[in-house]
Amino acid sequence: MAKLNLVQALNLALRQEMERDDRVIVLGEDVGRDGGVFRVTEGLIERFGEERVVDTPLAESAIVGTAIGMAVAGLRPVCEIQFDGFTYYGMHQIEAHATRLRWRSRGRFHVPLVVRAPYGGGVRALEHHSESREALWAHLPGLKTVIPSGPRNARALLLSAIRDPDPVLFFEPKALYRAFREEVPEEEETLPIGRSRIAREGGDLTLVAYGAMLRPTLEAAEELSRQRGAEAEVIDLLTISPLDDTLLVASARKTGRVAVVHEAPRSFGPGAEIVARLVEKAFYHLEAPVARVTGYDVIIPLFRREAYYLPDVPRIVQAARRLLEAP
Amino acid sequence: MPRTPIEIPESIEHLSILDETGRLDRDLEPRLEEGLLLRLHRTMLLARRFDERLLSLQRQGRIGTFPPSSGQEAAHLGAAAALSPEDWMVPAFRELAAEIWRGRTLESVLLYNAGFNEGGHIPPERNDLPISIPVGSQILHAVGIAWALRHRRTDRVAMVFFGDGATSQGDFHEGLNFAGVFSLPAIFVCQNNQWAISVPRARQTRSRTLAQKALAYGIHGIQVDGNDLLAVYAAAAEAVGRARAGGGPTLIECVTYRLSVHTTADDPRRYRTEEEVESWRRRDPLPRFQKYLADKGLLSEEGVRAAEEEVAREIQQAVERAEEAMKALGDPLDLFEHLWAEMPPTLREQREELIAALAARGGEETHG
Repeated sequence: MAKLNLVQALNLALRQEMERDDRVIVLGEDVGRDGGVFRVTEGLIERFGEERVVDTPLAESAIVGTAIGMAVAGLRPVCEIQFDGFTYYGMHQIEAHATRLRWRSRGRFHVPLVVRAPYGGGVRALEHHSESREALWAHLPGLKTVIPSGPRNARALLLSAIRDPDPVLFFEPKALYRAFREEVPEEEETLPIGRSRIAREGGDLTLVAYGAMLRPTLEAAEELSRQRGAEAEVIDLLTISPLDDTLLVASARKTGRVAVVHEAPRSFGPGAEIVARLVEKAFYHLEAPVARVTGYDVIIPLFRREAYYLPDVPRIVQAARRLLEAP
Repeated sequence: MPRTPIEIPESIEHLSILDETGRLDRDLEPRLEEGLLLRLHRTMLLARRFDERLLSLQRQGRIGTFPPSSGQEAAHLGAAAALSPEDWMVPAFRELAAEIWRGRTLESVLLYNAGFNEGGHIPPERNDLPISIPVGSQILHAVGIAWALRHRRTDRVAMVFFGDGATSQGDFHEGLNFAGVFSLPAIFVCQNNQWAISVPRARQTRSRTLAQKALAYGIHGIQVDGNDLLAVYAAAAEAVGRARAGGGPTLIECVTYRLSVHTTADDPRRYRTEEEVESWRRRDPLPRFQKYLADKGLLSEEGVRAAEEEVAREIQQAVERAEEAMKALGDPLDLFEHLWAEMPPTLREQREELIAALAARGGEETHG
């Protein structure tokens, strides 16, 4: 097994899937000669040629809209949108068509489309380059919103996304692109979309996170263990929508104390849906109000103040202590 | 440094073959076989009478809001007639005659407009997308389909319809641009019917023609008399042939007119004059084409009467069949279907919730 960072793991997934399935096409801005601004598509154009790795004109609506047409006509397009802040140009095509063509045509057509985009803060970038707006997408029926948390699950989920018969929005935590390496097997590995996983077992409280927030959440869990001997169960969502609440609910029933961590703004964020599910399905097991450790309801500041916006280990630990201290 | 002109040696042609008085340009006349001409006439007549019937069904409350296409039949039918069944057609929502030509049944139109999703089903033998309502957004799908067709080394093409209003949308420009850059086999058919609800064509663009937008993207463009079925067919056949041969995309502006309302919720008296509508009625594509066929000795007055009776019967039967079919439809649980290949657990739970709600309601009704 090779130790790969997130960029290399995603590149491996694309390369292997393009080898395996000649219907897979990669398109976007700078994905060819330049290998993508984060180098996720590096080397693909040399290997597969410019008909399968397409540097498009600069127009996100057209990247997504033409990919919908390709998907309907039998290809498996994987679009790259350069930053999350530019996905909205393509949002109309996803909302109005990608999510609806199966439904509108009563099953005659389907849209096996993947839209990849980096999301989230932490890379000292410009405005529009650091947002975490997955809740906007998670609200769309017919769309799967997937956010991996590390190289190995990113590779496996991207393979599943490309093979999925329905459209998948694949948000890559850009803060993790080169943050750490993991063993990623060369042989094919997939993970089911629509399932969360237990990233750390524990019986005293439950911490729910995904994407770039998983690492500080796991660190907070270790600190709680060291400081107070409290063992947190950490749930990594992996798929935001459709949300799998089985593990969440089981864990909440076990611990009675839950905090949700995400860098997206709090109001109407993924945490709100999670709290609602817990109220519906684990209310009588809850020992304390569910906590939300999230970004604030503001535009994410430029990078000098970004650290105050993003949830970090101390904020997660503080919230967890309040949960544990609740009578 | 002086200012120097950059020569752009292109111009836009306007094509007219059969004018409103019925005068024919024999040099330009496409040589269509008799059977095809008569089928085109029958489809045009069927679409016109069906459109009128739909309007009356809507006024009686038997179907919902729908967008009539009367007056524009030559524009969309003439273009679609240049396609082979293996080609793809991407409609907007005012292409009734073209959809019928491509095999859409009247029952499916009736079901759809009566509010049953079942009417949106596209059978496997039709390479057409269902109608698309957000203006201009479907243009990109045709470009992507054309891309896939070329990628698989077929000689098929994709044709997309949209209106004059759509040329103000970004997706129109992005679509033409992508098709031009990648030289894709796409045919863009603009039904310039002069009005985007209440906003006139002049308010969409200062350009003299819509066809000239093609020049900016380095693709072929032509303006045709959109009420002249022969001219539309000729322009479309040329564009299709060129696209099949690898010659890239074409924008065809069909100058036509919406003789009826935008949708049944619209009152055109608020924004246009009866004189204007009357002037376009004189350019109606249907009698013009009938005169052409009569002059060729292909259609007698008796032939028109017979065709009228035939389409009236066909429409009546379709309405009866559709109303019969509707009785068996309406399963509320259908609303959960066809969204996903596999229904996610959350949605299965919501489906159970509706089942329970319906059961409870049934209970109340029996108590009441």
